[in-house]
Amino acid sequence: MAGSGTDHLRDPAAHDDVVLRVEHLVQEFPAGRSGGRRQVVHAVSDVSLDVRRGETLGIVGESGCGKSTTARALVQLPPPTSGRVVLDPGAATEVEMVALSGSALRAVRPRMQMIFQDPISSLNPRRSVRDIVGEGLAIWSKASDGLHQQARVDEVLEAVGIDPEVAATRRPHQFSGGQCQRISIARAVVMDPEILICDEPVSALDVSVQAQILNLLEDMKERYGLTLVFISHDLSVVRNVSDRVAVMYLGKLCEVGDADALYERPAHPYTRVLLASAPEPAPTVDPSDADIGDEIPSPIDPPSGCRFRTRCPRATDRCASEEPVMRQVGDDHFVACHFPSI
Amino acid sequence: MSTASAAGPLLSVQDLGVTFGTADGPVRAVDGVSFDLTEGRTLGIVGESGSGKSVTAKALMNLLPSYAEVEGSITFGGRDLRALAAARERHFWGVELTMVFQDPMTSLNPVKRIGEQIAECLRVHLGRSRKVATAEALDLLERVGIPEPRKRLRQYPHELSGGLRQRVVIAMALACGPRLLIADEPTTALDVTVQKHILDLLDDLRRERAMSMILITHDLGVVKGRADDVMVMYGGRTMESAETPTLFGRMHHPYTRALLETIPRIDAPAHTRLVPIPGRPPSPAEVGRSCPFAARCRHRIDDCLDGVPPLVPVPVGAAGAEGAEDASHHSACIVSVGSDGRGDS
Ligand SMILES: Nc1ncnc2c1ncn2[C@@H]1O[C@H](COP(=O)(O)OP(=O)(O)O)[C@@H](O)[C@H]1O
Ligand SMILES: Nc1ncnc2c1ncn2[C@@H]1O[C@H](COP(=O)(O)OP(=O)(O)O)[C@@H](O)[C@H]1O
Ligand code: SF4
Ligand code: SF4
Ligand SMILES: [Mg+2]
Ligand SMILES: [Mg+2]
Repeated sequence: MAGSGTDHLRDPAAHDDVVLRVEHLVQEFPAGRSGGRRQVVHAVSDVSLDVRRGETLGIVGESGCGKSTTARALVQLPPPTSGRVVLDPGAATEVEMVALSGSALRAVRPRMQMIFQDPISSLNPRRSVRDIVGEGLAIWSKASDGLHQQARVDEVLEAVGIDPEVAATRRPHQFSGGQCQRISIARAVVMDPEILICDEPVSALDVSVQAQILNLLEDMKERYGLTLVFISHDLSVVRNVSDRVAVMYLGKLCEVGDADALYERPAHPYTRVLLASAPEPAPTVDPSDADIGDEIPSPIDPPSGCRFRTRCPRATDRCASEEPVMRQVGDDHFVACHFPSI
Repeated sequence: MSTASAAGPLLSVQDLGVTFGTADGPVRAVDGVSFDLTEGRTLGIVGESGSGKSVTAKALMNLLPSYAEVEGSITFGGRDLRALAAARERHFWGVELTMVFQDPMTSLNPVKRIGEQIAECLRVHLGRSRKVATAEALDLLERVGIPEPRKRLRQYPHELSGGLRQRVVIAMALACGPRLLIADEPTTALDVTVQKHILDLLDDLRRERAMSMILITHDLGVVKGRADDVMVMYGGRTMESAETPTLFGRMHHPYTRALLETIPRIDAPAHTRLVPIPGRPPSPAEVGRSCPFAARCRHRIDDCLDGVPPLVPVPVGAAGAEGAEDASHHSACIVSVGSDGRGDS
């Protein structure tokens, strides 16, 4: 298969601050029958990741590579086909999410919250913004103190730059796209999550509004001690917000590492393709690195060995027969390729 | 290039205005836009959503709905396009002047084979026989980089990826040998790797066929390496226009500068604090009697609210002769902002 292995996971003995650890995550979807055989979409295939407290993990890759599927599997919507999603691994508070169901799953849900690309459609159009932000709290909060809850809602609304008075009387459609994304951030943060998963949070916004939201996420992270999983197809945005970056292709990880190391010394051929294809290409790659075919193989029948091999300029026979596994190429820098540029 | 300019620009747009009559009252989508396009050059039109880019393009293509009121003049190859449109002489839209849209399905018929669709352009507009048209369609598919072109001729649009569909649309747009191709966000819906290949293809075709091109995008980075001239739009108006190296080298308008500063850079270290632009882009209902950017501009002075700043030549400044102007560089800002991004005050 293209890019498995766990060498890039942090050693729990050396790091006791890993808050989320994903091991061998697999997500497959049924895709009907062909020639009498049951087919499956291999949306995510053996992905392992971890995130340290206060860190931002960026996940970048082109559409269809499995970013959203990974994000949803973390919050068990739906649970993965196989693999482990562990909160607080190694600590007394350790929870294996995949094994949970019913009330046990509901009890840990507030710890991981999500925001999405399309802020307006993810908000209930019939309720006031203040009610929307408070909704989760009203359901989840152990302290059933309404006044206390309202104070929390207003505090978070102010933190995201929305006037609570205005939020009390207006509905989502009365706000702009950027404001709706602020509201959905408030709705997530009000639950006091440890981890905020952001799936393309600025992709639908105008560039003049994008920076407001990216800066807001940095501020919220600081203020509420959040850990972020930040997904985007935009390489520049991912570098800006991330401490560590994971590059995905066709359901697999290609390269994982410290954000600056990965952009300064891209080792995987696919990372180099992405960096060379950006509207303003990164100076660390050659323009010719972008010269590859456009046809992405089907995730129903992905290539053997390395999944990138059908488009990779460096591919050899070995790439078809043997799946590359993650190995270390720098301080905090790992790549799954038989012939990395390092 | 010199012969072309001696003969005047291929396209000249003067004081273009477009107002839509809507239930909520008139919507002024484009307001006083003027530009020239010299034969063989690429003009990049950059702006955020709602700034009037597509409405400008549709005005050129005679594609606006009947409730749009158009003002100003559009001259193409010496002919008055608005007069031709009024006389219902539609023959050269789709021939000399063609357009590629963001969504390729805007131009494709979902229930017709690709080969037939391209051949149809050639038969209708150029009177080719069925046989000749099919042969030319094959050549075109090959030229736009579609693998296995013979097989694709017989396929339907839904059998192709988004990138290949956009290549088919480009082949159709090229079929009749246009002098000007308008590409309106042709790659916005595509992945970055495909985006680069499509933009490279358009650039190669423009050179090879000595076409002119208008490349519309919301991304300053896209025009930087590809357009000869850039026009920046905001709130339906032109904020700044210049030859591309001048625009990026001596950016004048506060909006252009703010736009460039607010976009994260691929080569800037992680967590570089971004410079946000407060507020949000104006809606055309708000287009009024002041600088469209005034509500968000950090250089605003009281005078900015008093009338719409005209697009005027930018003085060359210290580098040039005293009082000299760069004939190609225009900006619609009444406050002179230094080239280093700080106001002189
Ligand atoms: N519910 C589903 N059923 C079938 N296929 C799916 C489903 N969700 C996602 N996929 C497929 O899984 C792959 C990964 O999709 P996704 O995670 O949405 O990618 P990304 O977010 O990176 O664009 C794609 O091929 C997509 O079509
Ligand atoms: N057919 C129409 N009727 C009414 N308003 C329109 C119509 N087409 C465009 N507009 C408005 O004109 C403004 C400019 O639109 P457009 O040119 O499409 O912007 P963009 O720069 O994103 O291409 C927008 O605010 C849009 O809502
Ligand atoms: S060189 Fe081989 S292993 Fe490495 S990315 Fe290319 S195909 Fe995959
Ligand atoms: S005219 Fe005034 S408000 Fe408009 S861009 Fe210039 S300084 Fe800013
Ligand atoms: Mg997605
Ligand atoms: Mg548009």
